[in-house]
Amino acid sequence: MLRLAPYLVAAILTLPVLAGMLGALIPSFGFLPVLGKTDVGFGPWRALLAWPGLGTSVLLSFLSGLVTAAIALSLALLFLAIFFETRAFTWLRQAIAPLLAVPHAAAAFALAFLIAPSGFLARLMSPWATGWQRPPDLLIVQDEWGLSLMAGLVMKEVPFLLLMALAPLAQIHAGERMRLARSFGYGRVSAWFKTIVPALYPLLRLPVYAVIAYSSANIDVALILGPVSPPPLAVQILRWSNDPDLDFRMIASAGAILQFVVTAGAIAVWILAERCVGLLVRGQLVSGRRVAGDAGFATLGRGLFPVLILASMLGIAALGLNAFARVWRFPDALPGRWTMAHWQSVAETAGGPIAATLWIALLTTLLSVVLVVCVLENERQRGARSGRALEFLIYVPLLVPQIGFIFGLVLLAEMAGAPPGGGLVAAGHVIFVLPYVYLSLAEAYRRQDPAWTKLARTLGQSASGAFWKVRLPMLLTPLLTAFAVGAAISIGQYLVTRLLGAGRVETVTTEAIALAAGGDRRLIGAWALTQAILPVAGFALALAAPRLIWRNRRGMLGGSR
Amino acid sequence: MLFRRGMATLSVILGLFGGSSAGAADKASTEWTQVLEAARGQTVYWNAWGGDPRINAYIDWAGEQAHERFGVSVVHVKLTDTAEAVARVLAEKSAGRSEGGAVDLIWINGENFAAMKRNGLLFGPWLDRLPNHRLTDPANNPELNLDFGVAVDGLEMPWARARLVFYRDTVVLPEPPLNTDALLAWTRENPGRFTYPLPPSFLGTTFLKQVLIERAANSSALYNPVSEADFAAISKPLCDYLDALHPTLWRQARSFPENAGGMRRLMSDGEIDIAFAFSQADASAGIDSGELPATVRNYVFDAGTIGNVSFLAIPFNAGHSNAAMVLANFLLSPEAQMRKQDPAYWGSATVLSLGQLTREQADAFRNLDLGPAALPADQLGTMLAEPHPSWTEALEAEWVRRYGVR
Amino acid sequence: MSLGLGLKDVRITLEGRELLALDCMIAPGEVLTVMGPSGSGKSTLLSFVAGFLTAPFTAEGRIELNGADITDAAPELRHVGLLFQDPMLFPHLNVGGNLLFGMPPGGRARATAAGEALARFGLDGFMDRDPATLSGGQASRVALLRLLLSEPKAALLDEPFSKLDRHLRGDIRRFTFERLRDAGLPSILVTHDPEDAEAAGGPVVELAI
Repeated sequence: MLRLAPYLVAAILTLPVLAGMLGALIPSFGFLPVLGKTDVGFGPWRALLAWPGLGTSVLLSFLSGLVTAAIALSLALLFLAIFFETRAFTWLRQAIAPLLAVPHAAAAFALAFLIAPSGFLARLMSPWATGWQRPPDLLIVQDEWGLSLMAGLVMKEVPFLLLMALAPLAQIHAGERMRLARSFGYGRVSAWFKTIVPALYPLLRLPVYAVIAYSSANIDVALILGPVSPPPLAVQILRWSNDPDLDFRMIASAGAILQFVVTAGAIAVWILAERCVGLLVRGQLVSGRRVAGDAGFATLGRGLFPVLILASMLGIAALGLNAFARVWRFPDALPGRWTMAHWQSVAETAGGPIAATLWIALLTTLLSVVLVVCVLENERQRGARSGRALEFLIYVPLLVPQIGFIFGLVLLAEMAGAPPGGGLVAAGHVIFVLPYVYLSLAEAYRRQDPAWTKLARTLGQSASGAFWKVRLPMLLTPLLTAFAVGAAISIGQYLVTRLLGAGRVETVTTEAIALAAGGDRRLIGAWALTQAILPVAGFALALAAPRLIWRNRRGMLGGSR
Repeated sequence: MLFRRGMATLSVILGLFGGSSAGAADKASTEWTQVLEAARGQTVYWNAWGGDPRINAYIDWAGEQAHERFGVSVVHVKLTDTAEAVARVLAEKSAGRSEGGAVDLIWINGENFAAMKRNGLLFGPWLDRLPNHRLTDPANNPELNLDFGVAVDGLEMPWARARLVFYRDTVVLPEPPLNTDALLAWTRENPGRFTYPLPPSFLGTTFLKQVLIERAANSSALYNPVSEADFAAISKPLCDYLDALHPTLWRQARSFPENAGGMRRLMSDGEIDIAFAFSQADASAGIDSGELPATVRNYVFDAGTIGNVSFLAIPFNAGHSNAAMVLANFLLSPEAQMRKQDPAYWGSATVLSLGQLTREQADAFRNLDLGPAALPADQLGTMLAEPHPSWTEALEAEWVRRYGVR
Repeated sequence: MSLGLGLKDVRITLEGRELLALDCMIAPGEVLTVMGPSGSGKSTLLSFVAGFLTAPFTAEGRIELNGADITDAAPELRHVGLLFQDPMLFPHLNVGGNLLFGMPPGGRARATAAGEALARFGLDGFMDRDPATLSGGQASRVALLRLLLSEPKAALLDEPFSKLDRHLRGDIRRFTFERLRDAGLPSILVTHDPEDAEAAGGPVVELAI
């Protein structure tokens, strides 16, 4: 049974994606019999390529993928360089989870309100500092170059990369490398970049590619922060597929294929850049220079880190203020009149969506955790890593643009006669929850000393007894963390829930985004907070439960075994 | 509560026995009784835009009533765009599912209806089977038989009237511009203080049509398919106007609000001074909730503004078409229409013909307070009809070609 | 029937290269010391006896325990106890839980027996202690006690004293060998330390690479 687990997981990760891609590819060549379109040809492709502004859309997607990844990676590495093994590092580790848990859409709303000309910062500074009685006519949010879009993405991707770096850091014994290099007289930042990054980066490569893929093809953030005309490619695809003229479905299909190409192209360019950087810095590594702008980098990082954290927290706080505001005119720094009406409205309607969100999140995460544990246990029993193939397949759902294959997937589910609803939605969530559960659990699972199992068996336990009584209880903390990560991913899913559920499955996320179309920021604030509270509560629980359960077991807390 | 229930019973009775001849009425009532029986216990998946909590609350109320009175459960599938529902029906048709479809009822009009009709995605005709249809007096209200110039053919039920109205804060702007020329002159003096939602959003395209109808040399061409007209010549006044207007718009027209809600938010934030909506109730609701200043008032252009009717349609493969018809018939009852028009709940104008109602019912409609921002019915001016839907597509394509590129 | 742990013509090879060959009988209460540099295969020998040998190592020969051939038995059925470099007390269980984990099932008497055994080891009242709060010497004693209470028929010691502080090492070593002898267990000790071999007092096998 266990032997089948890796194959099952590989199938879950790849088959729906492949099927969905096929479902996009076929109509892109004009084959959509239901509309009477059976003349196969390049019509949709010609229409796509002739679309006004397509070049800009493609460029926006391509650049936001590369630029976001470059900035997010630089910042993540810089922060680690400065804070690694300091007291702040412990704090940083704990700050990551809640930052990650805030859903993309909520974070984007928060940032949009923070930096808009009539936004929170402007209100705080006006009119006493700026002299503005009315908001200035400045294009900051949804700017043409996608800068606000990239800023919003960077804010979410830095915590992701930090989290992804933690496990490899332990694996490459970063602490020892750092101490060794510093004993040779290298500055902290130089030591970091010369001795740790060369070993760390190869282990961070796939997460970085996932960042490129997400940034070049996401919908949630781009709808809120991205330029509107022309928009990034993924948003344009959504518009085509929502066009009442059904012929646009075929153009949308061709667009989805183009999105694959754009994302793949961005990753390819990144890989090329990796090679070049590798060649360029090779000499630098052994140049013997102990200090290279260390103080400057340290100042930069120490300056930017609070900005990032503060911006995230201020944005969420401003969203919170909105949720209690009745009247809040520019340039008042705070709402003029307060109300609980928005929360009442949430309380009246959120019960069903919260219940649906929770059962779907719990079920999909449980299923994913079980599957991942099976894969890892199989790997351990057979004494070999699952191999690069599975490691890569884990990333397939993260690397392939969602907008591209979900539509095909809906068609497939229809043809299979699967009734839309909670079950189908949950199955769809597993595709995206599974990779994150794997990524957050694998390292801890592998690091557990196999001697524990041997010991248990010499004490008379069977293989399964050792697994249930020793391995799993000792892994409780990482298991709970993986659970919280998986649940957060499930809670944040929009497109999958929406399309596979035929709109019948209402979660807090679909509800929040439906109301976002109404544009009332105060209501959006209340819903976005509701949407963010669930995953944050999950992380808090995952953090608190081990402390409670193991309050008399110091060996189970803090230390990594 | 008792009163309401009584009124509903009355309307059902009216519906059942209001036919012209006794024999036909009997036949119709037997048929309708069969529909009611078949509907009992079914669940209607009603796909309707979900962006306004007040509309959502109204739909919830209608669902509760339908459950209490007819044993029909209602699930509101909250769309961000009506085309989502069209896409779902389309996907089902491609997959060969010709019955038991996931969508039972769609709130729809214009392009989406035209597309569904063209592609054979609609159930019906079913309109004449509804007892309450008579209350709309279709013979004397031709606008209920045409949806953006496309014949309704009994395939959808008129549900709500919409009317383009502008609004502004009377303290900031006591004398608003009342035609497109005045608007341009005003934006030149007040750059950055006006915008319109991004086409092809519903309201954004409506603004284009509003300008075109006013400025086109021969607006009658707009009511026939665009293929029969010289598009470039007819649309030229619009393009010239936008060329002049754009540099004076909010963010110099380098960005646009996404939809009506986005534009109301800009108004609320003090970023713009004039906004517009497809309902008299929009601004009133904004005042009520504190989003807009209490001094905001609606106004219309001198030459009139675009108005339309929105409908409810049933897809060809709806799993619960009987229950959908029962719900639709209830939504057309005086009680449900009254609550819909009441700005305390929603504020969307009724499609019923007051002459077909009892005196009390008609008076109740006439005496309804339409909200602080609303114009009285006699000041609402001329209603301009929606152009043929093919113009919508053509205008949207032209807009993207000219302004969607950098 | 011959009591003790018998290694019959045992040969351990790594990719065709012979690491060690042994043919001996360890009597009850006797400690066989295996010495040799890293990579000489001495830990692999313990894995083979305990039932954990994995590729790329291969082994030939038989293992007999008190006359029974256990070569192909599952590890948990061999009744062969292990002591590691670290005490390896399960961090999720208290001291009592660690002891009970290894004890054969049966009634309330187990807990009483575990408590009394702790007292005999100078750890009276330690049943509910968190293993993380024990000193190195205390933890080593609990680990040994856990091994003994699991009623093994033989013991394998994988450099169990190498990580202990110098001043503790002698005491613990003496204590361990006395208990193993008292329990009459045939034992194999793997070590680098000649003092370990001396204290064990039994036969010594020196391996070379």
